[in-house]
Amino acid sequence: MTEILDIVLLSFMIVLAVAVSRMQNLFMAAMMMGIFSFLSAIMFTLLDAVDVAFTEAAVGAGVSTVLLLGTLSLTTHEEKVVKKNNALALLVVLITGSALIYGTLDMPQFGDPNAPVHQHVADRYIEKSEKEIDIPNIVTSVLASYRGYDTLGEVTVIFTAGIGVILLMGHIWRKEDEQ
Amino acid sequence: MRHQGIPRVVSKWLIAPILLFALYVQFHGDFGPGGGFQAGVIFAAAVVLYALIFGLQAAKQIVKPRIVETLVALGVLLYAGTGLVSLFLGYNFLDYTALDPDNAPHGQHLGIFLVELGVGITVAAVMIAIFFSFAGRRRLR
Repeated sequence: MTEILDIVLLSFMIVLAVAVSRMQNLFMAAMMMGIFSFLSAIMFTLLDAVDVAFTEAAVGAGVSTVLLLGTLSLTTHEEKVVKKNNALALLVVLITGSALIYGTLDMPQFGDPNAPVHQHVADRYIEKSEKEIDIPNIVTSVLASYRGYDTLGEVTVIFTAGIGVILLMGHIWRKEDEQ
Repeated sequence: MRHQGIPRVVSKWLIAPILLFALYVQFHGDFGPGGGFQAGVIFAAAVVLYALIFGLQAAKQIVKPRIVETLVALGVLLYAGTGLVSLFLGYNFLDYTALDPDNAPHGQHLGIFLVELGVGITVAAVMIAIFFSFAGRRRLR
């Protein structure tokens, strides 16, 4: 049953990706990217990664779509059509794509218990987090406690992004604020 | 969308539950999926919805841009501050055992609560700030 769902979802995602790349109407493309994100959120749920699915649904399908639409309302709804065939670009894309596929050949099988990711600290987190941290959601204990330093870095990235946008566009919001 | 009846009525019903759900995701992250990051985004989504339906000016009167700017930094400060407290209590940076050395899991609970709150505040404030900046710009033509 899950396999059928996987196949249906993945084929939907491929269709959407091709449609987005061929579409000239950017408004529709932005909406389709939202649907794409939502489908990948369902994929994450099927893979039992509910925390990631939650983030994907909230950020990918929700806020990014709103921000893309906000950007489109400032620019234009139609993509400029480029008629020229660019052989060099095609070559670069093909080489990059085949290099990426070549890289995945070395990766361990999905769900392989001997994969390096299951050999390192994962066992320790699963065994000891109940005693050391005592919260049921191990994802939260890894994210906020064991790997708290990394999460601090992530928050700093978001902070920097916010500061960047405020610095670039901030004077406009100040002026309107005082009216 | 200011003059459309159905979105106005529906959003009035929806915004309060969305805010409540954001708080639930924030404080229930220890037991189920979710945490500060998702909660912040959901909280910002409620503000974005309000701004889309009732206009940017109305949203800015409720969520003051000056406060949003402060909150952007406050979340990171809360996070890093928790780490500094444990550092000054003689433990490693972000080792929450320092917050309650006699009962380590309790200290961990408190530490995780504080840093998740910091994440939630920064994420919500940054999302709102980015939306306000984009929506506040007029079309350049």
